[in-house]
Amino acid sequence: MFTLFCTGWNRKRPYPVQNDNPKSMKRLPGLLMLIASGALLTLFLFPIWRITLIAPQYPDGVNMYIWINKIGGDGPGVLQNVNILNHYVGMKFIEPDSIPELKYFPAIILIMGGLALLTALLNKSWVYFSWGILMTVLAIAGIYDFYLWEYDYGHNLSPQAPIKIPGASFQPPLLGTRHILNFIAESFPHWGGYLAGFAIFLSFTAWWIRSKLNKNEKKHNDRVDAPVGSRLHTLV
Amino acid sequence: MKNQSGFRQVFRQILPVLGLVLFYSCGNNGGESSNAGALAGDAASQVYVAPGKYDEFYAFMSGGFSGQVSVYGLPSGRLLKIVPVFSVDAEKGYGFNEETKPMLNTSHGFVPWDDAHHPELSQTAGSTDGRWLFINGNNTPRVARIDLTTFETAEIIEIPNSGGNHSSPFTTENTEYVVAGTRFGIPYPQRDVAINSYAENFKGMLTFIKVGPEGSMEIAFQVLLPAFDYDLAHSGKGKSHGWTFFTTYNTEQKNTLLEVEASQNDKDYIAAINWKKAEEYIQQGKFKEIPSRYVHNVYNDKTHTGTSTMLEKVKVLIPSECPGLVYFLPTPKSPHGVDVDPTGEYIVGNGKLSADLTVHSFSKMLKAIENQAFDTEVAGIPVLKFEEVVGGVVKEPGLGPLHTEFDAKGNAYTTFFISSEIVKWKVGTWEVLDRTPCYYSVGHLMIPGGDSRNPQGKYMVALNKITKDRYLPTGPELCHAAQLYDISGDKIKLLLDFPTVGEPHYAQGISADRVQSHSKKFFPIEENQHPYRTLGEKNTRVEREGNIVHVYMTTIRSHFAPDNIEGVKVGDKVFFHVTNLEQDWDVPHGFAVLGADNAELLIMPGQTETFAWEPRVEGVFPFYCTDFCSALHQEMQGYIRVSGRDATVALKWGLGDEEKVQ
Repeated sequence: MFTLFCTGWNRKRPYPVQNDNPKSMKRLPGLLMLIASGALLTLFLFPIWRITLIAPQYPDGVNMYIWINKIGGDGPGVLQNVNILNHYVGMKFIEPDSIPELKYFPAIILIMGGLALLTALLNKSWVYFSWGILMTVLAIAGIYDFYLWEYDYGHNLSPQAPIKIPGASFQPPLLGTRHILNFIAESFPHWGGYLAGFAIFLSFTAWWIRSKLNKNEKKHNDRVDAPVGSRLHTLV
Repeated sequence: MKNQSGFRQVFRQILPVLGLVLFYSCGNNGGESSNAGALAGDAASQVYVAPGKYDEFYAFMSGGFSGQVSVYGLPSGRLLKIVPVFSVDAEKGYGFNEETKPMLNTSHGFVPWDDAHHPELSQTAGSTDGRWLFINGNNTPRVARIDLTTFETAEIIEIPNSGGNHSSPFTTENTEYVVAGTRFGIPYPQRDVAINSYAENFKGMLTFIKVGPEGSMEIAFQVLLPAFDYDLAHSGKGKSHGWTFFTTYNTEQKNTLLEVEASQNDKDYIAAINWKKAEEYIQQGKFKEIPSRYVHNVYNDKTHTGTSTMLEKVKVLIPSECPGLVYFLPTPKSPHGVDVDPTGEYIVGNGKLSADLTVHSFSKMLKAIENQAFDTEVAGIPVLKFEEVVGGVVKEPGLGPLHTEFDAKGNAYTTFFISSEIVKWKVGTWEVLDRTPCYYSVGHLMIPGGDSRNPQGKYMVALNKITKDRYLPTGPELCHAAQLYDISGDKIKLLLDFPTVGEPHYAQGISADRVQSHSKKFFPIEENQHPYRTLGEKNTRVEREGNIVHVYMTTIRSHFAPDNIEGVKVGDKVFFHVTNLEQDWDVPHGFAVLGADNAELLIMPGQTETFAWEPRVEGVFPFYCTDFCSALHQEMQGYIRVSGRDATVALKWGLGDEEKVQ
């Protein structure tokens, strides 16, 4: 792809301007959206986010993964272990079955993946742009939703909690590292999250390329239509 | 020149001082300075394993009369675990809970103790492979297999027609077989006869136990021999693979005052068994099927339960009917250990009452067999000519040789019980290279892989029989003592002295990497196939069948479910089937009830164990978690109410707000 950029786009082209953009360049935005669609669908293969709890008596750390459709850990028992830890301070049990987002988020991702393919077919710069904006909005909404859940788990504590610490919250960080009692909690995107971000990046790249191509085509058309003088003028 | 004369001068000045020091230390026998032995200055750093770091080797030491196996780390000498095998262990509930009781079943019923002598690691191609550890039960003849993924006893097989399983369980180089030779002659078949009819009615049986690819043991065949005492064994390796060697004493076949009577013959025998030949004879059907009752106990990691099966017959080979099966190698004098060097060529007969150490040559033995160089025959078994099989003699190395192990550099190390030392000698040249004192009266020694084809060397452990003043006194009974030596250099270097559990009779060592990565952290709950498992708190319940009450209970930090139980009556038999729902490493829960004539349960994550309780008096009795599991461990408790025999209290159980009634 990089080679395409170099040979087809960035190279200074000698005059006279070719009467059209190269074929490979024309196909590039669509191709990028194909890749974007694939990158987005990897959300079904990789977790979006990872929260790691680190304490001396957990030498391997407790790794919790948030997927598009489930919450899991390194092993089948991890969620239970997190819940056991959480119950001391009265946090709610994390029960994936009770989180509706895990049901409809996958559908949204499938739809967006399909739409990405559709944008490739339509091959219009505004379409690419719209997809990118829509996906960005969805991603921000998703992260905000994640934050709300974190906030709820961290603040909405059972009044019957065995351990009560006045004023304390147990909300893990959205992004970064935070001390929570005896644990260091780390929260960072995981492969799925990064690849989804990459899909957004690709959509905007597609939009950018498509608009450049449009401009070139417009210029070309202008040149064809323009009188000889003005064509000479462009030479100078 | 000047330098040299200066050196001489200094040396002359030092010499008297050196002499004084030597004199002082000699005259100070039993004092602190002699007890330190040949301790080198940097020994501490060699055995120091920094906090949080791991030892380089696992050492598996038999507990002897404790019937267990203790697991140590080397070089630190830190105790890592005690694995219950042949004896009940209240700490782990082994032999007390319903699941492990069958493991200690024998044809004599439930036998809660044994004398465990020789741990033996499984091998592949002559190298220890870290899959299993076998160990013999001496008293009520048995062989156990410990699974080294769980460090728990996985299987025990009883040895029929045996009077004391001492020459056991020494493996072949691919763990085709582990063996079991009887130390005591017994009537064959076992029956009521006069003891002094020993020579006539008694026999000695050698047993070959086939080990399956998953470790399962099965008695393949037995070899019927004269009623000698079969003391120790080792299998051939490399060129001698296919043979197993057993030492004998009491070839005099006496039955009283053996310390005198069994020490009369100048030479006893090493019995060489060609087990590949035995396989052929079995194939050809040249065996006798003999009725013999013996049990086979298997523990299943999915059902978390042991099962005990009674078996009824064994195949017996009679050497006089099976030529080429057994040969006797005359060996001075009451040989104890028989140790095959890593090449498989040399067979060391540690003649414990002999002044010299006799080493037989395997290739000479084959030649002698081929040339029929026989002295005589005993019970139809050819006795090879001594001079035709001896490969070499280590001259006057020490007093009372017992056992020999090998390093990877062609050296042998032999323990001398009476002179309380280990002597290093060269295989092939038979010259003594070094010697080191042991504290005191060393029996076995262990070099990791030192009895295999591929010794891992580096360290040597002396397993001593007498402790005396080595540690702070603890009354009349003392721990046994082990010493760790560095054998990587030319000279043996004492590094460490550490007390051991029971009688560490023999030991096996293996580099940690061959075991460590296979070690299980917990049992996946979804694989739990226990018939009384409870998968999830919502399935907890109490059921009555007549006067039997089954409590389907779960544990998770930090409560039992249910934790209040009513409706149990005096005269009931209550089974608490406790499933530990935890799925994290190192979170066992314990269970104990006031007044139970039992041990605790110690339930590993994902496991189910059963505690039987027969309440005798009315009242309300607490039960609680015995293993400190969490910050709320002290709160992990409950009550069971016991009513009178004729009471009408309904069966009821609950946890928190949830309460159920049957």
